[in-house]
Amino acid sequence: MIADSPLFWIIALPFTASLLAICLPARARDAVTWLGGIATLSCLVLTARLYPSVAGGETIRHEVEWIPELGLDFTLRMDGFAWMFALLVSGIGFLVVIYSRYYISPEDSVRRFYFFFLAFTGSMLGVVTSGNLILLVVFWELTSIFSFLLIGYWYQNVAARDGARMALTITAIGGLALLAGVLIIGHIVGSYDLDDVLASGTRIRSHQLYVPALVLILLGALTKSAQFPFHFWLPNAMAAPTPVSAFLHSATMVKAGVFLMARLWPVLSGTPEWFVIVGLAGMASLVLGAYLAMFQQDLKGLLAYSTISHLGLSTLLLSLGSPLAAVAAIFHMINHATFKASLFMAAGIIDHETGTRDLRRLSGLFRYMPITGTLATVASAAMAGVPLLNGFLSKEMFFAETVERHADHWLDIVTPYAAVLGSALSVTYSVRLIHSIFLGAPPESFPRRPHEPPFWMGFPVLFLVLACLVVGTIPGLTIGTYLHVAVESVLGADTPQYSLAVWHGFTLPLAMSTVALVGGTLLYLAIGDYLEASERPLLLGRINGQRIFEQVMVAISWRGARSLEAILGTRRLQPQLQLLMLAAVAAGAIPLAVDGLTLGKYEVKGPELAFAGLWIVGAACAVTAARQAKYHRLASLVLLGGTGLVTCMTFMWLSAPDLAVTQLVVEIVTTVLLLLGLRWLPKRSQAIVEPVGAAARLRRLRDLGLAIAAGAGMTVIAYAVMTRIPPETIAEYFLERSYLEGGGRNVVNVILVDFRGFDTFGEITVLGIVALTVFALLRRFRPAPDSIERPEQQHIQRVFDEAYPERKPDATAHDYLFVSSVIMQWMFPVIIVLAAYLFLRGHDAPGGGFAAGITMAAGFILQYMAAGTVWVEDRLRILPVKWIGGGLLVAVGTGAGAFLAGAPFLSSHFQYLDLPFIGEVPLATATLFDLGVFLLVVGATVLMLIALAHQSIRRLRASRIEEQA
Amino acid sequence: MELILAIAIGVLTGSGVWLILRPRTFQVIIGLSLLSYAVNLFIFSTGGLHVGQAPVLGPDGSGTLAEHADPVPQALVLTAIVIGFATTALFLVVLLASRGLTGSDHVDGREPR
Repeated sequence: MIADSPLFWIIALPFTASLLAICLPARARDAVTWLGGIATLSCLVLTARLYPSVAGGETIRHEVEWIPELGLDFTLRMDGFAWMFALLVSGIGFLVVIYSRYYISPEDSVRRFYFFFLAFTGSMLGVVTSGNLILLVVFWELTSIFSFLLIGYWYQNVAARDGARMALTITAIGGLALLAGVLIIGHIVGSYDLDDVLASGTRIRSHQLYVPALVLILLGALTKSAQFPFHFWLPNAMAAPTPVSAFLHSATMVKAGVFLMARLWPVLSGTPEWFVIVGLAGMASLVLGAYLAMFQQDLKGLLAYSTISHLGLSTLLLSLGSPLAAVAAIFHMINHATFKASLFMAAGIIDHETGTRDLRRLSGLFRYMPITGTLATVASAAMAGVPLLNGFLSKEMFFAETVERHADHWLDIVTPYAAVLGSALSVTYSVRLIHSIFLGAPPESFPRRPHEPPFWMGFPVLFLVLACLVVGTIPGLTIGTYLHVAVESVLGADTPQYSLAVWHGFTLPLAMSTVALVGGTLLYLAIGDYLEASERPLLLGRINGQRIFEQVMVAISWRGARSLEAILGTRRLQPQLQLLMLAAVAAGAIPLAVDGLTLGKYEVKGPELAFAGLWIVGAACAVTAARQAKYHRLASLVLLGGTGLVTCMTFMWLSAPDLAVTQLVVEIVTTVLLLLGLRWLPKRSQAIVEPVGAAARLRRLRDLGLAIAAGAGMTVIAYAVMTRIPPETIAEYFLERSYLEGGGRNVVNVILVDFRGFDTFGEITVLGIVALTVFALLRRFRPAPDSIERPEQQHIQRVFDEAYPERKPDATAHDYLFVSSVIMQWMFPVIIVLAAYLFLRGHDAPGGGFAAGITMAAGFILQYMAAGTVWVEDRLRILPVKWIGGGLLVAVGTGAGAFLAGAPFLSSHFQYLDLPFIGEVPLATATLFDLGVFLLVVGATVLMLIALAHQSIRRLRASRIEEQA
Repeated sequence: MELILAIAIGVLTGSGVWLILRPRTFQVIIGLSLLSYAVNLFIFSTGGLHVGQAPVLGPDGSGTLAEHADPVPQALVLTAIVIGFATTALFLVVLLASRGLTGSDHVDGREPR
């Protein structure tokens, strides 16, 4: 079964909780928080309990077949690395849930927040535990989408909308590239399974498609991790609520990029292309991010650029291609998640307490919030890489790696200098952060006096900062073993010897650390005041990724679209349809002209006089309808019905009673529908002068030519097809099994509701959608001014009634078609019985849900025609939308019922039942499905017809209101 | 038989094509209906024309193509008829809305100049 694996529940719990959250009442703040807390905590516990097996070097796998033909399985896979990340995601997720309880204000929709938030958590856990690359891409895209929704959480805010859109555009483009890259990898390896891919590193690297695959996958990873040159979306994403920034945009989602690079590191790294692309992106992000972070005046903006810089550090480490560097990269990802999440949450507290995030306005807060101040200072120190904190350890490993020689390339020579520079700048902005917020003169003006937050709001910060401290002082005892498990699962046999000790003696990396710390502090002392006053970054202020992005967007989506429309588009329908028809005729004619036309060997039946007579009438109706459609709409409609009836008789004649029945009832409702529509079309009399110029005549001649060509072509093709003996088709299959496996003798119906039930399900869904669209369009329907007046006939009747004092107004119209309407009303039960009859016999004899449904709908609409809308609705409450919904639910429920028997969706079961008085009745689940079809068809047809019929009483009401006014 | 039906399909197609190239929305909707008859008949005819063959299996529930009508094109056409009705309804409402909004029943939403 699906549900017996803890891995499955780690993914399923957050999604389930998110759906529950949105179903809770809007005011249930605490309930939603509890729900989120329990879900994330359960994930945390489930993950933690998997540690023994993961630590033993085991890879836990959980597989469910999805589309095995495409190599696509729902495979979840957890090894040490995935375990570490799952723990990080669920753990920080849990802390953020607690924090958000106090952060999200009561005016905002808490359940919407947790709905997105929990769904994101599930998607992120899906990314880290996917064992199939395609599945990974699916979850990857889901994280992008939920990130979009969360950034745009305050959708009233322009910055939030713009930031959300930018983030989605960039990460979704990356996701698309990633999908393409993954497909190439799948092509090279022959499987999308992660284990297979990880085992074929040499094959991938030596394949000629390696470079395209690498570039595409890196596009995905670098956009997601906001690496240069795609970094600019991250600062704009800071319009999100702060818990979102803490969780998605520092601890988890942006880590997905570096996670993927580390995951595929054994397969993709070690080549010059990898070294250059990843190295350049990482180095640029490291230095540029730190540089730009210094100049930020927005607290969250500073943290965002700092995130770019720190992710750049991990990227740069991964580029080096040495196992030891990979260890450092993984270690730094974890460290960064802890100190950055705590800093973001501290930033949220400060924003919450003071009402501003502007570093220029914040100062001297330490005296009001000493605890938050202390915690933020320790976290900043970890960010700056101060000894005895976790940031120091990974930075030390980073320095040690950069001084090693990895490749004979200028980039490798520059790396140590860039590393020191980046770290020094990181020290500068960390110092600036603490100095300008917590130290200095007491604040002059705040909306309210700031104080410490509630305990549970500060608790997550406290917890994470303690983690920074503990890991930083006794790494070997705390993180050591877990890190080792994670590293070993990525590197396998290549796992190097490394030591997590705080003190390694006087080494070159220590010297580099010292230079960075001292240099960064001195830099702050030198230019701190300048930074505090600067409007935009020095030198790079004018090069703005955001502006370039916006210009590109405008160029593509506005100017490009406009000019393309100007070149290719026309607002006139007729030339478009002419081209379409011309293309269709050409598409039919060219093969005939090239290959010639041959008739098949099937012996055609001789002409039958009655059949010929039938079609003489049918063709005459069609041609006359075509001629009269402009000036005599009613006549044309009647003639159309004539052709329809001839078609119906043809079906009857040619052994297709099912089609004949359906065609007949559809013909009825179509005619009623068009009749109802006629009322709203403009009057047209022959007095209107036709354009008779040469141009108009030429146009008509051309259309006539096209029509004749199309008609003649269809005749030729249809005849050629009919002279061929039908090839071996699946028809025999259906005929043989219809009764054996579907339990019905009416093969057509069995195909519809059983063999091809899924297609029919799609079809009735379309039908429901169309009906709802019709309904929605008509709700806002406004008739043209010249159609609002009562029709001429009613007018004359009214004048007549008013002329005779003994007549009541509208009395003439009242008795209109009196006899027929009485008959129509009496026929109502008869029609219902007929519909039921058609439905019940459908499985074994001509009939079925479609025909029965339309018959039933015709019964309803006849009542409307006979007695008028008001009369019917006083007596009969028809709720077509419920019929539609009920029909779909019955169909889905029948299909899903097969799951209970362990069979795939829409598997059917049947038996015959002997009912008293009625006799033997086929009782198949397919009949239940057919009931869904029936209900939906009734609902959809009635909804469309009634919506149209209602227009005339709406108009009357409107005109009465006007008369009274 | 075959020839008659083929010519009938051709006539319906021709009338339909002529109508959908006309400028008034009502003409187009009639044209589309005629075209859909033609297409349905064509698809139906691909299974071969069978006069007087059983459409439904006998009591023993077995059957072959030699003595029964081809059910596959029939199943295809049956849903096509219903979907055709739905699209006709949708088109009708769109043309009414367009007429209400623009005041014109020209297919372009405005009278030609």
